Amino acid sequence: MTAAVFFGCTCIAFGPALALYVFTIASDPLRIIFLIAGAFFWLVSLLLSSLIWFVAVTLSSTKDESVQKGLLIFGVLCSVLIQEVFRFAYYRLLKKANKGLMTISQEETSPISIRQLAYVSGLGFGIMSGVFSLVNILSDSLGPGIVGIHGDPPQFFLASAFMTLVMVLLHVFWGVVFFDACETKNWWALIVVVVSHLLVSGLTFLNPYYKASLAASYVIMLFMGTWAFFTAGGSCRNLKRCLLCRDKDFLLSNQRAR
Amino acid sequence: MSRPPASAPAAAQSAARLSPVPSTSAPPHHRGRKRPTPNVLPPEGRRDWRRSGLERPLSGWRGQEAEAARRGKMAAAGGGGGAASGGRRTCLLFCFVPLLAGLCQANSVERKIYIPLNRTAPCVRLLNATHQIGCQSSISGDTGVIHVVEEEEDLKWVLTDGPNPPYMVLLEGNLFTRKLMEKLKGTQRISGLAVALAKPSPLDGFSPSVECPNDGFGIYSNSYGSEYAHCKQLKWNPLGNGLAYEDFDFPIFLLEDENETQVIKQCYWDHNRGVNGSAPAYPLCAMQLFSHMHAVTSTVTCMRRSAIQSTFSINPEVVCDPLADFNVWNTLNPLNASGKLEPGDKVIIAATRLDSRSFFWNVAPGAESAVGSFITQLAVAEALQKAPDVAALPRNVMFVFFQGETFDYIGSSRMVYDMERGKFPVQLENIHSFLELGQVALRNSSDLWMHTDPMSQRDESISIEVHNLLTILKNSSTSVPNVTMREVNPQNSLPPSSLQRFLRSQNISGVVLTDHPGSFYNRYYQSIYDTPENIGLKYPATLTPDEAMDFVTDTAKSLAAVATVLGRALYQLAGGTNYTTIEADPITVSRLLYGFLVKANNSWFQSVIRQDLKVFLGDGPLQHYIAVSSPINTTYVVQYVLANLTGTVVNLTREQCQDPKKAQDANKDLYEYAWVQGPEDPSGTSRLSQCVRSTVRLAKAVSPAFELQQWGSSEYSTWTESRWKDIRARIFLVASKELEFVTLIVGLSILFVSLIVTYFINAKADILFTTPREPGAVSY
Repeated sequence: MTAAVFFGCTCIAFGPALALYVFTIASDPLRIIFLIAGAFFWLVSLLLSSLIWFVAVTLSSTKDESVQKGLLIFGVLCSVLIQEVFRFAYYRLLKKANKGLMTISQEETSPISIRQLAYVSGLGFGIMSGVFSLVNILSDSLGPGIVGIHGDPPQFFLASAFMTLVMVLLHVFWGVVFFDACETKNWWALIVVVVSHLLVSGLTFLNPYYKASLAASYVIMLFMGTWAFFTAGGSCRNLKRCLLCRDKDFLLSNQRAR
Repeated sequence: MSRPPASAPAAAQSAARLSPVPSTSAPPHHRGRKRPTPNVLPPEGRRDWRRSGLERPLSGWRGQEAEAARRGKMAAAGGGGGAASGGRRTCLLFCFVPLLAGLCQANSVERKIYIPLNRTAPCVRLLNATHQIGCQSSISGDTGVIHVVEEEEDLKWVLTDGPNPPYMVLLEGNLFTRKLMEKLKGTQRISGLAVALAKPSPLDGFSPSVECPNDGFGIYSNSYGSEYAHCKQLKWNPLGNGLAYEDFDFPIFLLEDENETQVIKQCYWDHNRGVNGSAPAYPLCAMQLFSHMHAVTSTVTCMRRSAIQSTFSINPEVVCDPLADFNVWNTLNPLNASGKLEPGDKVIIAATRLDSRSFFWNVAPGAESAVGSFITQLAVAEALQKAPDVAALPRNVMFVFFQGETFDYIGSSRMVYDMERGKFPVQLENIHSFLELGQVALRNSSDLWMHTDPMSQRDESISIEVHNLLTILKNSSTSVPNVTMREVNPQNSLPPSSLQRFLRSQNISGVVLTDHPGSFYNRYYQSIYDTPENIGLKYPATLTPDEAMDFVTDTAKSLAAVATVLGRALYQLAGGTNYTTIEADPITVSRLLYGFLVKANNSWFQSVIRQDLKVFLGDGPLQHYIAVSSPINTTYVVQYVLANLTGTVVNLTREQCQDPKKAQDANKDLYEYAWVQGPEDPSGTSRLSQCVRSTVRLAKAVSPAFELQQWGSSEYSTWTESRWKDIRARIFLVASKELEFVTLIVGLSILFVSLIVTYFINAKADILFTTPREPGAVSY
């Protein structure tokens, strides 16, 4: 019956990502390619941060508690920065690719907009980081045991799944905001993305107080989500129209989809 | 084998499994790769295979827990801080690089969930021609909610009241009785059993062996001496409840470490005790036991399956192996080991057994049932070798230490078989007389009882020889204090003894010396409680290990007296006259007792053993289960101790010693040469290795049934041990079904909600997201 926990946690962590993939990515081969490329970039960033981690751990082969803790904080810091650097690198690459795409495209415009690319690459980053943070835990969730024999809270699996969900969605939002910031040279937005990434990662140091870290992470996610919504061209008016099912807006009805 | 999380522990395990090849025999037969051969390892080595990998000793657990907690946290931090789980991810990435694989550590989440139990001993499946005995779990391990049974009333909860079956019962050692086990056997509400060692040993005695040990394989049968067959006349082991010869379909483990038992009990008290007898609330503390056995039904079946596998399969998966090891033997005067004795040469055999067993695998302290007697015989061998006119004696004396006697006389039946076929230097007709030491460490007052066989004495000449033997034994004891030789009723049968196997083939005169006139005095025959305490071995607490080793206990004095009597009798039988010079050394006996029963890793054993075998000496006592990979620790240690006690140091170099053909004055046919570690030099930094020349040799103790491939034999022992892949135990918490279900429901709802929401957002994306129309931004 512990398979229930496994499937439950998988659905919690990757359900939204799956839904996004099915409805927004899978229909377009180009988006799939960019998604996978984004995931690959995240993986490369992971490789780099693990190299740094490995060197750091090897160099400081002490069992000292505080040193280990410091090392961990250092590792998180490095990893977040490297991930953001790679997001930037991916952005630069996409800009270049976009030019190339335009030259071979029959239409005037690129077949995929930078804003779409931001979303797709963000999702790629998110899925990959989600997978890497959760698979090991998922494999242990198959049981028969649950966490708690050493006095840890037994909600470990559930909390990990929800944390992964936040990370996946946050990566999407960060992607959108980040790319837009790069596009508009809005450097402070870029800084906010990096800082919020650091903040969310840092929040996990609060564990095992899952409630605190999860609540704070979800607040940040809501904030980033709203921001991304507006960055992506959403507005209160649009939202209201959408919710009230007033599809036609006489001013903007002639616009191309997204 | 425990699941190795990375390749490094696996490599360590395979390294640990490399068993040294005995110099005097063929290499130990091949064991499967899937299955450790821990018997060839010292006690810690034996544990190592279980301890390696993710499982750590409990004492080190606390320290690692902090790390585990940290790592667990990292894992939860997961996607946020990529490197937060850097250690783990490093693993994932670098596991492909074999060189770095060793740096990977055990799964940290697993360490948060499970507490592995490292100091356990399983009950495993053994098979003979007709039956299977022992225990097994399902292939993925049996799990159950722990219930501690300290009194018999606690069992009611397990058997009827408890709402969360199946239960894993943690049983107090005193309750591990036949009556209770029968109750547990008949229910489906049990998934397994963990038995805590009773301290002190059960007062009423405890013997998992049968009332009539080795029945059917001795001399008495329905056709020969039927009045003695099946212990009709006398139950030798009346306390035997036969548990060790039962088949259980659930796993049973022994908890050897009190600290671990305490951890389990604490977990039970914290989680599994409801308020006022009500059902406890989840999460509950549970235990999982892995001991899945590959062999089933009987030796006939499993050996056939193994044979088919090895005939047709490139990669044969053997399912069971014969119990086999080596007998240790030497002679007072050297004899040509590759030749044969002339029919006129007579040899007196002094025999005893080396092995014991218990309900649990490789827990066989056997203090009274084996150690007391073979130590005595070692002391005899030393005493006799010191006699001045040894070389002039008209008859030779042969000391044999039989291995596997517990399992229907494996060692002695093989030696008789070899003697009959001329594959042993001594033939049956060369045997002058046979003196066997049974259990001798528990003598009441000063009595030492002489058992003889009534059936063979129906032959007049044998009867005279036996009486002669008894007279010599009585003579020998006259000047020895504390030993009174007593004859048991000549109409009584022989106790279970190796002599019976010799009598089966040839009428010889023989006596079995024991401490009991009738039933065993040993109340813990072949049980885990047959420990030094059982034979009254006590050391003052203040002694250092080296002082304790030379401390002459009452037990040592008593055994030395027995050894003196036996030595004098053997000397007289060999034709010596001035027998009062023979005197066994109580110090030797003390050292042997200490080495075999308290601490094998002592300075004396270290100095007498070969360097590559020193890992066999553990900090605890040696275990005397025969096992399937040979030779085992006991065999080696007895071999080298005997060589040290009876041999001489010769002036050979290391190369010459290891290959005597290179030395001019060495005689490989008459002697064995062993390059031993030797004593530490005074500075304590190195050892003064030396070459010891002795007549000590090993002889195969594989049941002839396997030589003849008669797996259904009723003549020879057919015991085999099943193979297994994984034996381990762990405790953890289990969640309620409701919580699991809630998790699943939450997951599914999130999935469906996000599917619906995404669908609608995607459908209305053109309304929701306004595309700006700055002409400057080309790509928009």
